[in-house]
Amino acid sequence: MLQKLLQHRFLFEELVKRDFKKKYKRTVLGMAWSVLSPLLTLLVMRLVFTQFFGRTMAHYTTYLFCGNLVFSYFGESTTQGMTSLMGNAGIFTKVNVPKYLFLLSKDVQTLINFGLTLCVFFLFCVLDGITFTWKFVLLLYPIGCLVLFNMGVGLVLSALFVFFRDIQYLWSVFTQLLMYMSAIFYNIDGYSPVAQNLFLLNPVYLFIRYFRKIVIEATIPSVWFHLLMAADVLIVVGFGCWMYKKYNHRFLYYV
Amino acid sequence: MSILQVENVSIRYMTGDFKDIGLKEYIMRRLKNNYRVKEFWADRHITFSLEKGEMLGIIGTNGAGKSTLLKAVSGIMEPTEGWVKREGTIAALLELGSGFDGDLTVRENTYLRGAMLGYTRKFMNETYDQIIDFAELGDFQDRPFKQLSSGMKSRLAFAIASLVNPDILILDEVISVGDGAFRKKSEAKMKEIITGGATTILVSHSIAQVRELCSKVLWLHKGEQIEFGSDVPGICDRYQEFLDGKRKL
Repeated sequence: MLQKLLQHRFLFEELVKRDFKKKYKRTVLGMAWSVLSPLLTLLVMRLVFTQFFGRTMAHYTTYLFCGNLVFSYFGESTTQGMTSLMGNAGIFTKVNVPKYLFLLSKDVQTLINFGLTLCVFFLFCVLDGITFTWKFVLLLYPIGCLVLFNMGVGLVLSALFVFFRDIQYLWSVFTQLLMYMSAIFYNIDGYSPVAQNLFLLNPVYLFIRYFRKIVIEATIPSVWFHLLMAADVLIVVGFGCWMYKKYNHRFLYYV
Repeated sequence: MSILQVENVSIRYMTGDFKDIGLKEYIMRRLKNNYRVKEFWADRHITFSLEKGEMLGIIGTNGAGKSTLLKAVSGIMEPTEGWVKREGTIAALLELGSGFDGDLTVRENTYLRGAMLGYTRKFMNETYDQIIDFAELGDFQDRPFKQLSSGMKSRLAFAIASLVNPDILILDEVISVGDGAFRKKSEAKMKEIITGGATTILVSHSIAQVRELCSKVLWLHKGEQIEFGSDVPGICDRYQEFLDGKRKL
């Protein structure tokens, strides 16, 4: 697969460029939106939950931002990834190119967005009085896992979308549900141990939790926690690759 | 040793199956008890082979399965039955005008299309001016593609595609495009490529063109292979008789 990717590097670069240009076409602020939009969401949440619901927790802004950072990347990457294959039907029905290129090109774009937001996140950590420790380096692990996880979900969704267009509506409802289940703005310490363990079934929650442990609590999650994340990633990516392999030549019939 | 071998290739389209009609329609049809999957064979038992440097003309009326066959030959589609064996690189120029992005500029589209056709960036940098020159679009390089006239679009498509240098070249009705002057230029360019030694497959509705250029002919009708061989005048004559209604299949 890597060799194929190298062989199609020029096409891949051009696809990434195209996706970028199309995304910020006719916006006044252009790329600044990738930083602004998560910040505005954060601001809204912060206002709502501190002013109206009276959350009083140490480093609540950072707590919120951890959730927002991870979730907005997940949401953007998967929703955009979903239509990536279908949107390029005009290309892969005429030229024989690896079909995962289209998803990967979208993923590069969302990853850069995520990177920019991450810089802002660290800036906010400073403002919020977080002490930076060497443990921050470990954040590379959840970030790497998250990138792969989003890619896997994107593979599955983009393949499903070709056969089953209804998936876009189902997915938007599902992400909404998932957002409320990911403890982005609330704390699960008050729940029973069983309920708390149920949250571990949600991969997105794992990523958020990892960030919070390192950044706010300055503790390293257990080995099991790491393995659980890796397992989630493996399952999703494996399933996505299998779908692409199986349907590689059948996508054509349904676009 | 054949450079291209197509053995007993059949391609089936399924219509009306679950993935085609969606969940709601599927349930409705199940309830009404008229859920049926129809199969449609676009190509049935096609067999031919080409040697290096040969030029094959594929003739047949609309819906004969020509374009589908080309997709199988170029590897975009997998045959439902049978197999295709290719030696060397293959370039398929199918429906040139489509697949461009209207929001990107002419320059960006040129690079994207070049990448799709498998050119390298270095090659594109070197030949970009030549492409724009050939397409006569010098003043339009930074205009959005959608602002071009349809003639300009096909000129650009042709100019990029005509730089290919594959072992096997597949042409689907793209031998010439544009208005009078450009048509002559593009025809000359195409002949240059064809005589350059590539094994070529040409789909054409112009029997005169096939007679003039091709060394072998494949006649398809409704997915069936009617004739294949190097008797170009003979097959073309019989196809012409069929078109005139003098011959029944």
